[in-house]
Amino acid sequence: MAKEWAELTPEEKREERFKRWLSPPGVTFSSPQAEKGYKERVNRFIKAFQLKEADRVPCILPASNYAAYYAGMDLRTVMYDYDKLSQAWLKFFHDFKEDLDTYIPPGLVPPGKSLEAVDYKLYKWPGHGISGDTTSYQCVEAEYMKADEYDALINDPTNFWIRTYMPRVFGAFEAWRKIPAFTSFEEIAIQSFIPYGLPDVQAAFQALLAAGTESMKWVAAVGAVAGEVTAAGIPGIMSGLAKAPFDTLGDTLRGTQGIMMDMFQRPDKLHEAMDRIAPLTIESAINSANAAAAPVVMMPLHKGADGFMSDKQYQTFYWPTFKKVIMALVEEGVMPILFAEGGYNTRLEYIKELPKAATAWWFDQTDMARAKKELGNTCCIMGNVPTSLMMTGTPQEVKEHCRKLIEVCGKGGGYVLTGGANIDKGPAENMRAMMAAAKEYGVYK
Amino acid sequence: MSGDFANLLADLKEDEVLRLTEERIESGEDPLKILDDSRKGMGIVGKRFADGEYFLPELVFSGELLKQVTELVKPHLKQAVETKRLGTIVIGTVAGDIHDIGLNIVDFMLDVNGFKVHNLGVDVAKEKFVDKVKETKAPIVGLSGFLTPAFDAMKETVEALDAAGLRKDIKVMIGGGQMDDEVRKYAKADAFGKDAMAAVALAKDWVGAK
Repeated sequence: MAKEWAELTPEEKREERFKRWLSPPGVTFSSPQAEKGYKERVNRFIKAFQLKEADRVPCILPASNYAAYYAGMDLRTVMYDYDKLSQAWLKFFHDFKEDLDTYIPPGLVPPGKSLEAVDYKLYKWPGHGISGDTTSYQCVEAEYMKADEYDALINDPTNFWIRTYMPRVFGAFEAWRKIPAFTSFEEIAIQSFIPYGLPDVQAAFQALLAAGTESMKWVAAVGAVAGEVTAAGIPGIMSGLAKAPFDTLGDTLRGTQGIMMDMFQRPDKLHEAMDRIAPLTIESAINSANAAAAPVVMMPLHKGADGFMSDKQYQTFYWPTFKKVIMALVEEGVMPILFAEGGYNTRLEYIKELPKAATAWWFDQTDMARAKKELGNTCCIMGNVPTSLMMTGTPQEVKEHCRKLIEVCGKGGGYVLTGGANIDKGPAENMRAMMAAAKEYGVYK
Repeated sequence: MSGDFANLLADLKEDEVLRLTEERIESGEDPLKILDDSRKGMGIVGKRFADGEYFLPELVFSGELLKQVTELVKPHLKQAVETKRLGTIVIGTVAGDIHDIGLNIVDFMLDVNGFKVHNLGVDVAKEKFVDKVKETKAPIVGLSGFLTPAFDAMKETVEALDAAGLRKDIKVMIGGGQMDDEVRKYAKADAFGKDAMAAVALAKDWVGAK
């Protein structure tokens, strides 16, 4: 198998992965109709990704933490109570069954107790750093990697992670600063054992074990929901997340301020670090695609958006390693969905460099008519009903907006109707109006 | 000479700017003049940003340069710096949202365009906006938000300003991430600004400046 796989072309690999998505191993459908519905839905997405027409335009309801609020709960509640998490997601699924081409699983709601067990500082979540009624968890940007630590990261990322980065972002792992590099375990490595006898080092490992135990309870609940929904014929669409190397460094290591200083003060180190990170990103993304039915990896993009940097800077700093990651996924037959937050109007030329029908681009505020015109022969485009309209508009307005989008982007296939970004709250009628538009205006004859 | 300094800063020539700062201090020049030139340099940076020649990295780097110049100059200052301002503005990211990249760009651009900016930071409770407006008598409030939870927080902040009897005396602008004119209507703000340049244009318009 391994050898055969290596001999396949990227297109053949993608076809193989699509086949597996259509007939996922280990899934028992609740009925023949459920199985038929599953294949129809998956096929709708596959056709869109292939820039072909299916029966109609597929639709992804932009509901991230939405199920919690729809069920009368809130994010804080479902982050801490996994029974309620299941209840909420199943209620949403049962009520919206007819309106779902795919669904966003509860796996994106992290277990609060696990995060607390390790005193996670990288994120704030409702009741933990931000008000209990906030509908989302949010990243705390800071300089978690100092300017003079590039060499440490480049020389040995894992070592840097364990002994420098993790003690900074996990309060409970503070004592990991004291443990030696794992490569110090050579011969009779008594010296390397000693730090593990220190009470604070042991407490750090206990905290990690506690987070693991808690996460097992969570994953059981999440898995049960995913199993039930898939068995009923609604496919998942995302197998994992990955980031552009510039964002990995800019979001959670150096921070925006830090990485932008580095573009001027140490550009060579920045390039070297991104080159070092790219293969790690690729490996992790391919592993997650291998482990799931859907061969799709979502890449949320941040600091390369319109306005963040110049074209020259994008071309120099952002695109090369980002493209390297995309191409590595494409060559393994994995379909990346590139989620371009903000606007991407000035970057469309770069997207054209990518092979045909090998990626899908989910746009937030990009001009969709232009995107269709420029990229229609290159990649599937997705988006972009504004969150403001979904949350504060009327169902008629939502439906009308969707109709126009379908008219502009749907021609010839290669389009997925969805939000510009996901919403957590808002009228259920607006969600239904989006799917109604796909069914009414998105049919290919 | 002073024109050179402003241009060197605007061109982000770190070494030259710092060397020149030290030389000017040593020559006994009035440190206020150095700061004045720095401000001119930052004004050029702001203009290049507005013109699409500069982007966020240049703003960040020039801000850092200015900080270094100011630190060199500070020990030699005899009096506090007073500059004439076009007007006062209170800005902040609304409650439940901790994002500030856009907020800080707006701060930067309002500042280099002559406004006195009170930046309240992120996750700002509506009461804090009310208190700051009362304290500063600022005629303009800028609400920033990145995510959808900001829709309600903006609405509630505007309501709080209203309840405190301040609404009729102030103009409120909103901006950031998922904000648009629909959210402006929902929050009952006066204007939505797409970017920092829009914030400057709105503020100038509201204080009657050209």
